[in-house]
Amino acid sequence: MKKASLAAVAALAFAAGPAMAQNSVKIGFVDTFSGPTAVIGNDMRNSFELALDHLGRKMGGLSVEVIYEDDQQKPEVGKQKTEKVIQSDHVNFITGYIWSNVLLASLKPAVDSQTFLISANAGPSRIAGDLCSPFFFSTSWQNDQTPHAMGIYLNQKDVKTLYLLGPNYAAGKDMLAGVQATYRGRIIGEDFTKWPDQLDFSAELSKARAAKPEAIFVFYPGAAGVQFLGQYAQAGLKGQIPLYTVFTIDETTLPLQKDLALGVPGAQEWVNDLPNPANQKFVADFRAKYGHGPSFYGAQAYDAANLINSAVVAVKGDLTQKDAIRDEMRRANYASVRGPYKYGNNHFPIQNFYLQETVKNADGTFGLKTVATILKDSQDVFHATCPMKW
Amino acid sequence: MLLLEQCLNGLQFGLLLFLLAAGLTLVFGIMDLVNLAHGSLYMMGAYFAATFVAWTGSFFAGALLALAATLLLGVVLEMIALRPLYGRDHLDHVLGTFGLILFFNELVRLVWGPAGLSLPLPPALNAAIDVFGIYYPAYRLLIILVSLVVALFLYLLVMKTRLGMLIRAGASNRDMAGALGVDIKLLFTLVFGLGAALAGLAGLMQAPILTVQIGMGENILILAFVVIVIGGIGSIRGALVAAIFVGLVDTLGRAFLPDLLRLVLSVSAASTVARAMSSMLIYLLMAIVLAIRPQGLFPVVGR
Repeated sequence: MKKASLAAVAALAFAAGPAMAQNSVKIGFVDTFSGPTAVIGNDMRNSFELALDHLGRKMGGLSVEVIYEDDQQKPEVGKQKTEKVIQSDHVNFITGYIWSNVLLASLKPAVDSQTFLISANAGPSRIAGDLCSPFFFSTSWQNDQTPHAMGIYLNQKDVKTLYLLGPNYAAGKDMLAGVQATYRGRIIGEDFTKWPDQLDFSAELSKARAAKPEAIFVFYPGAAGVQFLGQYAQAGLKGQIPLYTVFTIDETTLPLQKDLALGVPGAQEWVNDLPNPANQKFVADFRAKYGHGPSFYGAQAYDAANLINSAVVAVKGDLTQKDAIRDEMRRANYASVRGPYKYGNNHFPIQNFYLQETVKNADGTFGLKTVATILKDSQDVFHATCPMKW
Repeated sequence: MLLLEQCLNGLQFGLLLFLLAAGLTLVFGIMDLVNLAHGSLYMMGAYFAATFVAWTGSFFAGALLALAATLLLGVVLEMIALRPLYGRDHLDHVLGTFGLILFFNELVRLVWGPAGLSLPLPPALNAAIDVFGIYYPAYRLLIILVSLVVALFLYLLVMKTRLGMLIRAGASNRDMAGALGVDIKLLFTLVFGLGAALAGLAGLMQAPILTVQIGMGENILILAFVVIVIGGIGSIRGALVAAIFVGLVDTLGRAFLPDLLRLVLSVSAASTVARAMSSMLIYLLMAIVLAIRPQGLFPVVGR
């Protein structure tokens, strides 16, 4: 009798467990919401919220609960927050992650707990290669892909000598390595600056000027991009040596960079004027709701929401079917704002890269415009070292 | 040419450090107060400047208002929070002013938000000028000029005025000065206000180069303490010499060490090591000074 009632209680407990979890999709969003780069985190959060609004705040019939956590741009804090959303909040998906070093620290807890982590920005080379995981997906790019495109553009413009500047952390190294992989001219100098607190580039700019390159390539995301362009102009380099960038000029930094960003091209996988219907709706609704255009960070977060949705819909809300979720995500079966793309074996997108230029709008604000397509259906170079095959 | 330009960069950083260190050394030397909240006054100067410049639309008007506001803040702070700390153990000062750091950080977060501000320069300063054959940013030249003017002003104040005489007397022997009838309370308030204004000036001048964010004073405060230890506590001349030296070592280390190390290491490893090495040089220098000449390079006589 006792055994039977114990078994009944156990059966009830088991039955109650998964039934409770199926009421909502829980998504952890680990991003930077404090400090000067909070503007990026807010852009991603706003875009994610807009995507949820567009989905009617439901995925596959389940309500959506998002838990936002601040990584303070520090890898150790990002790792703590990732562990917190996994262990305390029991989320089904985690997304966010602007910074490559934060992502590299946070990947293991997610993978070990078999929680899907969708990076909406950072794409370090190691996660595309030997650290690739069946539980990791990217809705952004692999770090080296975008500077590869810029290197090809530099070849097209027949730039003979180049000086490289970037911050000394995982993404900075990837970016500078990426441009070196495709650029055919001569690299006459390379400097890394301390990340994230070095915002005074005087010494490095003096060195760059003394080397007399034909062009300078830089990667300075967020607030550093604002400071860099300011100091570049202050040093009198603006008219003298052309600047080519990746991730240094975007809609979050343009309001501060203003005229300094004119004439400085950048490479990107998404620009706000891409002509597909999903993008037009995203940009128009974002602008209507928030008064300014979204950045590429936001576009990637919007895509992350839709990628998660496509998987939840495919398994009809049964989030225990992790293999089926993975199969559906691999198909990239959703309307991405960058247009349709496929996933490589390492779960990084195979996508186009465009050249963007800054333009001044009629009302005095600044915006970005697609000028050319540099690469079509480009895949990152690290997929060969990833052991996953499907 | 490159060396000259890097020296100017180092000089600019050093002079900014001097502004911060001068206030700190005066407060430490005369009032015997270890003021960790000096970095917070630096931060408040920058936040005030960003707010006032946005409010008035003019860089110089905003900067002057910010300077006045920081001076006022310093005076109020001294009267309310720091008077109970006089005469107590240095550890009590550290605890008390550390609490002030936390207080100011949270205050800034509540009033201005967690994201930080930016302070844009007027277009006139956003260009480069030809000086001695090098093309140097106008704004950094302005920083050098303003800092040198302030250094001169401090020299005249301390050496040639009655107030300066009282300051020097207080720095040499506080009790004696008090016994001779000097109004120590007022002197302390004035000195602290002066120190706060200097910190605020450093903060608002540095704000267009670095962003204005919570906790921006903490890193540079450590360097300021190193500077006053090397220069001698209470000595403004020592602060000037030590600050310029520290600024040059840091900048020249950043500029030339990576290239030297690149001969044996990879590029990003060379950068990391060079950075660490130039910091190490500064602290090594401080350690050597403490070992050989603990009163500092230009000690205040009579301590």
